[in-house]
Amino acid sequence: MAEVHTHDPDDHESAYAGLLVNDAHWAFGTDFEDPLAGVDTTVPDGVDASTLATYCLMLGDDALVLSQRLSEWCSRAPDLEEDIALANIALDLLGQSRLLLARAAAADPSIVPALPEDSPVPDEDRLAFFRDDLQFRNVRLAEVANGDFAETVVRVLLFSSWRLAVFEQLSSSRDAVLAAVAAKGVKEMAYHRDFSARWFLTLARGTEESRRRLVAGLEQLWPLWPELFETHSAEREAAAAGVGVDPAQVAAEVDVVLEQVFAASGVDRPDRGALAGIQGKKGRDGHHTEAMSKILAEMQVVARAHPRGRW
Amino acid sequence: MSSAVAEPEVPGLPELEGHFTATIEHADRIEPRDWMPDGYRKTLVRQIAQHAHSEIIGMQPEGNWIGRAPSLRRKAILLAKVQDEAGHGLYLYSATETLGVSRDELTEMLISGKQKYSSIFNYPTLSYTDVGTIGWLVDGAAICNQVPLCRTSFGPYGRAMIRICKEESFHQRQGYELLMTMMRGTDEQRAMVQESVNRFWWPALMMFGPPDEDSSNTEQSMAWGIKTHTNDELRQRFVDMSVPQAKALGVTLPDPDLVWNEERGQHDFGQPDWDEFWAVVKGNGPCNAQRIAHRKQAWDEGAWVREAATAFATAAGEEKSA
Repeated sequence: MAEVHTHDPDDHESAYAGLLVNDAHWAFGTDFEDPLAGVDTTVPDGVDASTLATYCLMLGDDALVLSQRLSEWCSRAPDLEEDIALANIALDLLGQSRLLLARAAAADPSIVPALPEDSPVPDEDRLAFFRDDLQFRNVRLAEVANGDFAETVVRVLLFSSWRLAVFEQLSSSRDAVLAAVAAKGVKEMAYHRDFSARWFLTLARGTEESRRRLVAGLEQLWPLWPELFETHSAEREAAAAGVGVDPAQVAAEVDVVLEQVFAASGVDRPDRGALAGIQGKKGRDGHHTEAMSKILAEMQVVARAHPRGRW
Repeated sequence: MSSAVAEPEVPGLPELEGHFTATIEHADRIEPRDWMPDGYRKTLVRQIAQHAHSEIIGMQPEGNWIGRAPSLRRKAILLAKVQDEAGHGLYLYSATETLGVSRDELTEMLISGKQKYSSIFNYPTLSYTDVGTIGWLVDGAAICNQVPLCRTSFGPYGRAMIRICKEESFHQRQGYELLMTMMRGTDEQRAMVQESVNRFWWPALMMFGPPDEDSSNTEQSMAWGIKTHTNDELRQRFVDMSVPQAKALGVTLPDPDLVWNEERGQHDFGQPDWDEFWAVVKGNGPCNAQRIAHRKQAWDEGAWVREAATAFATAAGEEKSA
């Protein structure tokens, strides 16, 4: 029989009293730890460092910006279980983005924004907080406003289905960091896809109201979907060098997954064209929606006020 | 051989009460299926629900800064912490469910104002630094209040508190570590820390509730083993713990009367503004209306999702049994 702790002495008090002892053993230590510490960040032979960095920024910015959006749900979700699940997804993406931004900076330090000489701000934070919207490389699907819960479910389904397929291939990247990020990310993205596909089905088959909202959310986001499969020159070059994945190559596979979800849910594929860019330039080129500079304004405000700040 | 079947013995009320009292006296746990006096059950529901509501409402003040956390590492720490609070709310609502009250009912009582939550969350977070100060002082005060509850007489509550206290203690360290890091930063950052501590010190002292002579529930709760220390005892313990921590941090606490009393072996300290305390408790705090409106909006806007999930589960169940 398991021991039941009914009469523990105040042993939990010791944790409180330990506040002033040497804190080096804390899980989140006092010093900033380089997320790539101990990892070989040499750029593989024959790979252009700038291409690798740009490619990492693309995947990193996708994750960072969508994480920022999903974290807006915190304390606002339909129930506590969904609040916790959406925070989990946001945390996974945030973790991915930290590694990818750090990888981008290590591959090509020239992309990292300059700050005052004595600034302790680490590279990942310089990239996240000190670039402007025109320098962000995420797809526009990541940045648009959340909409209701149904629209969020649709977005997570679309994004995670795409990213899971990309990561499955990326896990054999010639770049050891990208391969490791992708291998870990595959498990995370599989969970995100599972969570969102279940909710997609639930909302489609739930009530008239939930179905109406789900279909509306799908219609709303559908024009942003093709952008994920348009191969940017940096993606093409990264794929050719054996470090990246050409997203067009996973389109058919992702389509099969979506078709299964749509069929099980009795939902038709929307008949809506792709959202145009500006002279053909879209998120991957730094040309975003109007939502982008606003989401960055919120995200960056404190960091920018303290370019020498230590957090 | 007698064929008479003995009637199952139904214990009388005095016997049940005797057993209950003996359990309390031996500091054993009362479990959900045990007999308990109505007043005990009501007090527990009130206290555990209030605690659960505090976790859920407590997501808001810190959640206010998730979008603006100034480093990715701090953003992850903060989001994970607020997520933990949702988890604490879940455990505690589950503990009240063992007493026969559902999460939906309790949420309705929260948003209609019939049940309360900790008044500290009716204060605003005006700077990112407040995330650290809340971790240090507010979670610190919460731990002082909650550690004794790990040994509270009602089993599910005590067990939930053990887990919650461990996580709270982790949050407190993270908060303190943020402030410590900022104190090693720029002059502006040090000023931000002091400003935030000045704002939160008194509300943190109020977290232990009114002075003992004005606390209506303390006596009965202590007799039932629900509460094990008085408000003033816990407040004193908190002050004594916080003073050396403030010194190590390099901030001052905004109380001119705060001084070590050699004779008592404890600190003497000033009283919070109890008029402000009662104003906040009665609904006129800086954020009372905002906090409830936020929770109500999330709950109302999520209604169609919860209905859809129920309808889907019902339909799936019917399909299975058909």
